[in-house]
Amino acid sequence: MIYKVGKVKTQSKNLIVHFSLVFFVIIAIGPILVIIINSFKTMEGIFTGPLKIPNSETFTLDGFKRAIGQGNFLRNYANSTIVTLGATLLVVICSCLAAYGITEHATKLSAMISGLFTIGIMLPVSLGTIVIIKMMVRFNLINTHLSLILVYVAIFVPLGVILMVTNFRTVSNDLKEAARIDGANEFRTFLIVLPLVMPGVAAVAAITMLPVWNDLWFPLVLTAGPKTQTLTLGIQQFVGTYANDWQALIASLVLGAIPLIIFFSLISKQFIKGLSDGYGK
Amino acid sequence: MGIKTLVRRRRRQLLLFTSPALAFFLLFVVFPLFSTVYISFYQADKFVGLENFKFLFTNEVASERLFSAFLHNCQFFLIAATIQLPTALCMAALLTSGRVRRMTGFYRTLLFIPTTLSVVIVGFIWRLIIHPLWGIVDYPLLGEPATALPTITLMSVWQYLGIPMIFLYSALISIPSNIIEAAQMDGASDLKIFFRIKLPLISPQIGIITILTFIWIFNAFDIIYALNGGAPGPNYATDVLGTLFYRTFFGWGTDLGNQNRGAATATIIFLIILLGTAVYFVTVQRRLKAIQL
Repeated sequence: MIYKVGKVKTQSKNLIVHFSLVFFVIIAIGPILVIIINSFKTMEGIFTGPLKIPNSETFTLDGFKRAIGQGNFLRNYANSTIVTLGATLLVVICSCLAAYGITEHATKLSAMISGLFTIGIMLPVSLGTIVIIKMMVRFNLINTHLSLILVYVAIFVPLGVILMVTNFRTVSNDLKEAARIDGANEFRTFLIVLPLVMPGVAAVAAITMLPVWNDLWFPLVLTAGPKTQTLTLGIQQFVGTYANDWQALIASLVLGAIPLIIFFSLISKQFIKGLSDGYGK
Repeated sequence: MGIKTLVRRRRRQLLLFTSPALAFFLLFVVFPLFSTVYISFYQADKFVGLENFKFLFTNEVASERLFSAFLHNCQFFLIAATIQLPTALCMAALLTSGRVRRMTGFYRTLLFIPTTLSVVIVGFIWRLIIHPLWGIVDYPLLGEPATALPTITLMSVWQYLGIPMIFLYSALISIPSNIIEAAQMDGASDLKIFFRIKLPLISPQIGIITILTFIWIFNAFDIIYALNGGAPGPNYATDVLGTLFYRTFFGWGTDLGNQNRGAATATIIFLIILLGTAVYFVTVQRRLKAIQL
């Protein structure tokens, strides 16, 4: 009897926790769902029943057709992809190399270097923008993907290094010693160890990709030209231009949001690991 | 091999491996920041000392804008911190209560989705939803000076809740389970365990997330610019230091931009962030660490 009462009590407590979390989930994704629902509706449908699901009368893909027809979505997607992949690849390579150096060759200097990167995580980089623009003008890199890639690598490499240092520390010495005894040089040894820190690499990649893809500031000041616009900047300008065409507007927001939501649900584990390991420590 | 050559070889290897990362970081982060401070003492290639700062602080229009932008950042930070932290703590506590089991990952991912979207998309989603034309909200929240900034702050809070949630979540799950079990054996209730045991143990993480929020908010630009442009209305009611910096440098409307005054504005923001962070680390964080030990 006592056992039963305890069980009922636990179950009702569990239910309260579930309900509270569902409440938070509704607040978190409700607005996004409203926008997605309305992207498939006619103008009347949007304004007469914002919260209604599209029916046979109100369903239309006109918004998407106009958004894709008027905006440069395909080119913007391509630009964002090039910049994001380029920056992420370089961040991963540079932070793995640096973290291996720091963990393998521990000296006073290595402590200083990792201290420098720790401070680097918190630096408000955008405050150096004026000089960054001057540099890019001098190198003739304004309106190129490369300008964004260079800046993003510099911004995200500190977090990458710190994350990879914690990962390289977990690798046992036996493997490295064995490789060295077999005559492998430092770079070979690095390559041999690398597969063991792949979860860390995934976390670094995930935590670099999202903010790079979503950034507005640097695309605005470095690559605002129509050919190199990223998706985030493209949507910002599209919304400014077509402020009264709600159908196209809502569709463009959905076109911007959906790939990210899908991508994030695939990498959420790595992203969350990166976030908690990188800043939390 | 002597110890000296060994040390030298180690140092060479270290520099070899760290040089690509260091090169990027020094060239595109450290150099621009220092150089910005440097050019803030110049005007049209001539050294003018503190003249740019004097202008920003004493010119009637410029000083008023600077002061009001600073106050807006403070307001932004205060509203965000007082809402974001308790809410994130509540979500993290629910996720780690041990009562949702296999659903934990599912809830965690859904709650984090707003954070993955770009500020531009988040800003416009909310602007449409609260647009008086749409009728879900009747009041022009973004059009009135009194409600514009709090409204944008809430949008930002909604978007970034995921970050403190994940921090606190991972801090909570790393608390050794034997401590919790011992308390449960003694008959402590869930709430008591949370407030008396878990909360004190994660206070350093609460501190870190507060200071990161401070840095991010005093550096804020995206959401204000996306929604209200570079001279954020109504009547500068949502102007923050980030948009002021942008305007001072690039110019806006009939105002011409000025590179050196822009650099001076950036330097002021940098000093505010530095000062806030330093004060925090000297006073609060040190004490939190002491409690831990």
